[in-house]
Amino acid sequence: MYDALAAPARRAILDVLTVRDDQSLFEITTRLLGDHGISLTRQAVSQHLAVLEEAGLVSSRRHGRTRLHTLDTGPLREIARRWPTKESS
Amino acid sequence: MIRIHLASVFVDDQAKALDFYTRVLGLEPRQDIDMGDGNRWLTVGNPGAPGVELLLEPSAHPAVGPFRDALVGDGIPATQLAVDDLDAEHERLTGLGVTFVQPPMDFGPVAVAVIDDTVGNLIQLAQLKG
Repeated sequence: MYDALAAPARRAILDVLTVRDDQSLFEITTRLLGDHGISLTRQAVSQHLAVLEEAGLVSSRRHGRTRLHTLDTGPLREIARRWPTKESS
Repeated sequence: MIRIHLASVFVDDQAKALDFYTRVLGLEPRQDIDMGDGNRWLTVGNPGAPGVELLLEPSAHPAVGPFRDALVGDGIPATQLAVDDLDAEHERLTGLGVTFVQPPMDFGPVAVAVIDDTVGNLIQLAQLKG
C-alpha cells in the first residue's frame, strides 16, 4: 500500500476518485487533466489503477460493457492504527 | 480547401439508431438509401443546417466488435456532439431515459458528459463556452 501511495500520479488518481464512485478509465483520465492539470496517457492511468487495485485502494466492476472504478479507503485505516493521532494538550 | 463532410459511428441496429439520433437527440434525417442485404446508407445532420453528416453505419464487420468493446470498456466515446446547454440537455435526456455514463463535468472553457447511444457506442456531449 505504501508503494501504491508513493507516486504523486496515483495519489492524484485517488483524489479524482473522491469526486464520485464508479468512474471509467476515460473519466479518470479526463478529470486528471481537467481538475489537476495532469496529462497522462490512458495506458499510464490504467497501469496506475492496476497498482492501486492490487493494494486494495481501488475496486472495479463491470457495469454493462464499461469497467468502473471506485475508491476504497479501507486499507488507509492501517496508517491511523499504526501511527495514532495524539490529542493535542 | 478540404472540409469534413461525413463522419461515422458503427451502430448495432440502424432503425433503432435513427430513432435515437433523431427523436431523442434531435438531429435530422438526411440520406436513407437501400444498400441491399438489409443495409442502408443512413445519415443524420444538424437541425436546419446542411453540411456535415453523421453516417449510422452497420456494425457487422468482424473488426467492429473487438474495437468497440475495447473503447466502451474504458469508457471512451466514439464521437463528440456539441450542445448549447449541457445541464439542460442532461435534464431533458435523462427524462427521456438516456443513460449518462458520465454526468456533466465542468472544466471552465468546456463542460462534457458521456451518454450511451443504445446501439453500441458512448457519445460525448460538449458545451464550449466563451
